[in-house]
Amino acid sequence: MKFGVIRFPDSCDEVDALLACERVPGATAELLWHGDRDLHGADAVVVPGGFSYGDDLRVDAIARFSPVMESVISFSREGGLVLGICNGFQVLCEAGLLPGALLPNVELRFICRQVDVHVVQADGPFPGECSAGEILSIPVKHTTGRYYAPPDVLQSLDAHGQIVLTTPPDGNPNGSTNDIAGVRKDAGNVFGLMPHPEHAVDELTGSTDGLKIFESMAARAHA
Amino acid sequence: MRARVLVRPKEGILDPQGVAVERALPALGFEGVANVHVGRLIELDVEDPAQLPEMCQKLLANPLIEDYEILKGV
Repeated sequence: MKFGVIRFPDSCDEVDALLACERVPGATAELLWHGDRDLHGADAVVVPGGFSYGDDLRVDAIARFSPVMESVISFSREGGLVLGICNGFQVLCEAGLLPGALLPNVELRFICRQVDVHVVQADGPFPGECSAGEILSIPVKHTTGRYYAPPDVLQSLDAHGQIVLTTPPDGNPNGSTNDIAGVRKDAGNVFGLMPHPEHAVDELTGSTDGLKIFESMAARAHA
Repeated sequence: MRARVLVRPKEGILDPQGVAVERALPALGFEGVANVHVGRLIELDVEDPAQLPEMCQKLLANPLIEDYEILKGV
């Protein structure tokens, strides 16, 4: 199967995401330029982290209007797998592919550290290669990662099993509502998370737990 | 027409910038300050002011987390 990894102006994690995808046995990966509507036959799409369009105006307000995002939105409506990491998660929220929004961290500081991420839901494509209750060691690095959704949306997310990842209450890095670190669309094929699985794919940097997210995608993508 | 759009965090959503300002003012001797919120001001010249609400909905604000107020002819 083939991953497509989007590159926006000021993306900064697209190459790490590409390399993470390529570590999945049997997978290939290609960078997709934001100005190109063609997804180049990708079976699954990754919207990576960074500062798309310089975070001008508001984090990710602009990226969702790029030509490639139109194709990603259509792709997701047809059931295609879409993963949004950090800034990519914010893009998917702004694009309406995922519920909620990301607000500035409660401490108003940039956070960069390894966190224990709890897998709440492990059915469906995200993250099917994990088990519910499993703890993944994955780094976070963000200033705007406080997940927020109105109370009625939170209730619905909970009822439909859309809260996929949380951080422990005493280890919540950003003050997110209900310690949420990752949510998925109700159909399950779109997933966004603040931690960076692409930075946890090699023992050299302390953990390979992030690879499971990409393996989960490859296992379920229509190859 | 010159217009201003005021964008504020929605009521009920924790606004850490507002909290920081609210805590800092008494430290400088300014007492009796409450309900501080920090937003942003967007100034623009528009040919068709009727388009301003849609501009706010689609780009200038995120209606899920922010309220906006349009001031025309400023």
